[in-house]
Amino acid sequence: MTDTVLDVRNLRVEFPTRHGTLTAVDDISLTIKRGEILGIVGESGAGKSMTGMAILGLLEPPGRIASGSIHLSGDRIDALDDRAMQSIRGRRIGAIFQDPLTSLNPLFRVGDQLVETIRLHTDLTKSQARTRAKDLMREVGIPAVDERIDNYPHQFSGGMRQRIVIALALCAEPELIVADEPTTALDVSIQAQITALLKRLCRDRGTAVMLVTHDMGVIAETADRVAVMYAGRLAELGAVEDVVRRPQHPYTVGLMGSIPSLRKDVAELQMIPGSMPRLNAIPQGCAFNPRCTHAGPKCRRDQPRIDSAGAACWLALEGATA
Amino acid sequence: MNIRPNAILEVDALERRFDVSAPWLNRMIEGKPRRTLRAVDGVDFVIQRGQTLALVGESGCGKSTIAKLVTGLHPPSGGKIRFNGDPDRMQMIFQDPFASLNPRWRVGRIIAEPLRTLRPETPAERVAARVDELLRTVGLAAADGLKFPHEFSGGQRQRISIARALAGEPEFLVCDEPTSALDVSVQAQVLNLMKKLQKDMGLTYLFISHDLSVVRHMADVIAVMYLGRIVEIQPTADLFASPLHPYTRLLLDTIPDLDAPKRDRAPMGGEVPSPVSPPSGCSFHPRCPLAFDRCKRERPERRAQVHERRVACFAAEATSTGETTDT
Ligand SMILES: Nc1ncnc2c1ncn2[C@@H]1O[C@H](COP(=O)(O)OP(=O)(O)OP(=O)(O)O)[C@@H](O)[C@H]1O
Ligand SMILES: Nc1ncnc2c1ncn2[C@@H]1O[C@H](COP(=O)(O)OP(=O)(O)OP(=O)(O)O)[C@@H](O)[C@H]1O
Ligand code: SF4
Ligand code: SF4
Ligand SMILES: [Mg+2]
Ligand SMILES: [Mg+2]
Repeated sequence: MTDTVLDVRNLRVEFPTRHGTLTAVDDISLTIKRGEILGIVGESGAGKSMTGMAILGLLEPPGRIASGSIHLSGDRIDALDDRAMQSIRGRRIGAIFQDPLTSLNPLFRVGDQLVETIRLHTDLTKSQARTRAKDLMREVGIPAVDERIDNYPHQFSGGMRQRIVIALALCAEPELIVADEPTTALDVSIQAQITALLKRLCRDRGTAVMLVTHDMGVIAETADRVAVMYAGRLAELGAVEDVVRRPQHPYTVGLMGSIPSLRKDVAELQMIPGSMPRLNAIPQGCAFNPRCTHAGPKCRRDQPRIDSAGAACWLALEGATA
Repeated sequence: MNIRPNAILEVDALERRFDVSAPWLNRMIEGKPRRTLRAVDGVDFVIQRGQTLALVGESGCGKSTIAKLVTGLHPPSGGKIRFNGDPDRMQMIFQDPFASLNPRWRVGRIIAEPLRTLRPETPAERVAARVDELLRTVGLAAADGLKFPHEFSGGQRQRISIARALAGEPEFLVCDEPTSALDVSVQAQVLNLMKKLQKDMGLTYLFISHDLSVVRHMADVIAVMYLGRIVEIQPTADLFASPLHPYTRLLLDTIPDLDAPKRDRAPMGGEVPSPVSPPSGCSFHPRCPLAFDRCKRERPERRAQVHERRVACFAAEATSTGETTDT
């Protein structure tokens, strides 16, 4: 068990609104081991970012964790106050977001930002910290570090900025990195450089990574295991090869069939009729039932649930939907 | 330029430059020169009637600029565009289905507009009937015509854009990233619809996307762009079976492949250079694993006169059969 870095149990995130309470994350359980990349995939609004933000302790009020628990290497972190959580964020959990400029201050040289972060979390001297900053920049693949260290964020390209953010996230050698759409704003060739970098860091340093993205291709190539989210719930969670090649949940099956292949010719792409329900209109039972060709009476009555593995579908769980 | 028997669009040596100089006063004070950005830099292609030609390439390579040149939203700075069809029957579909739909108009009015422009004499009840028919064609209900755009999801809004484009009875559609803002399951609905309409109505598409798997599914011919130029153009099957340009090959190696999960790949090095000061010679040379001396000095050409020539690369020319460099 000591290998488990992140342990999320029955997490529920709610937004109280004037028209009632919306459940953005509904009863999610998952774990990430040392050196493992867990992908979180799903369509826009599925609750991927909310799950990541809950773990980072960055939910914007009125959003809140309504129930469940989050443990980081055995320590419970979901009920900490802001100060304690802030220190955990820099030291033990690193964060990478889609827009690198949310993590970088445009007014300061990147080197100074790295040095400051390193000194905040270690007791290195200023010059030691600068040496370490250069090492980190080299590790994330910035060329000509001696010159670039004194540049401002706007002097870097999008891909280079995202590398700097990764270096920033690595400063305190965190146990866990939460990366929310880290490559979505980048070109494919640059995207590949960043995912390869994340993979290498995870392998070399044993960092656990939670990779949030809507891009199944990025997940397939980067993640060890993948959690598919639908309407705030886990639809399916398993080894990436299994979920990609032998999906069990009808939603995952449809999702995989709707992606055009680079190798196979198909006359028509598979379509899932309709679209994902809004949070205020999630149907009773299985959230996917109005779009599912296998739906039976039980699907419209009872919500199928999984505990960190398998497919949340009555067909897969019980072999019947009656 | 000869008109090819079945070509609906012929583009020859097309250029579009943008002046990106600092304001006049700054140039005077700081002594900065004028700067020109070559967004489209000598592009040739031909689209056959009823087919789909796709432009692919990374951000800023000039895809949308070509779309705007072809539809007349930008005048070219050089070169020719010959459209052998009815200019009134060319329509465009944009990436953002929300920004391109008037939020204060009901959907029915949005769809009716091109029809009213094309045939102003059409009686109101004919227009209404046609709008209902178009809504059903794109998989919406006739009653949806009474709603406003914000009442629809992204995929439904893109269907509305398609219905509006179809109202103009187009023969030629320019589609600039029509599904890039959509989730994959919704993208599949829109792509299937576009393919069906093409088959039923004999439409021709200029289809722009940065997603090679989408392009593979949609296109008969693919043109790969890099920094304002087409570096390779091939029928889809040929491009995937035997990509000729080193950039295309790197791109194909780079994109995530769902059929091969957990693949370890060697990512392409380097970054896309600025189009304001592109590298000399072949603009891909700083990132090209095959680059040699000549690539830094000379620019490899791929001209319409030798349309059989599918690639602009010295190394590919030297190895491919039957093609000589001295045409
Ligand atoms: N402040 C808020 N109040 C109410 N609902 C909210 C709020 N913020 C987000 N939501 C809802 O929470 C749900 C989950 O959002 P989340 O950002 O996690 O989606 P996502 O899966 O990351 O999607 P995307 O791919 O678009 O980033 C969405 O339906 C969203 O509309
Ligand atoms: N009106 C303009 N003024 C100055 N530069 C422009 C203008 N329009 C486009 N450009 C520049 O021309 C180049 C090509 O832009 P274009 O929008 O055609 O690229 P694209 O291939 O469509 O990229 P994307 O995939 O990001 O949409 C870019 O460098 C862009 O910054
Ligand atoms: S539980 Fe029922 S409705 Fe839900 S995915 Fe499974 S079969 Fe379909
Ligand atoms: S011309 Fe030279 S640099 Fe350009 S793609 Fe070919 S080999 Fe590479
Ligand atoms: Mg998100
Ligand atoms: Mg564009």
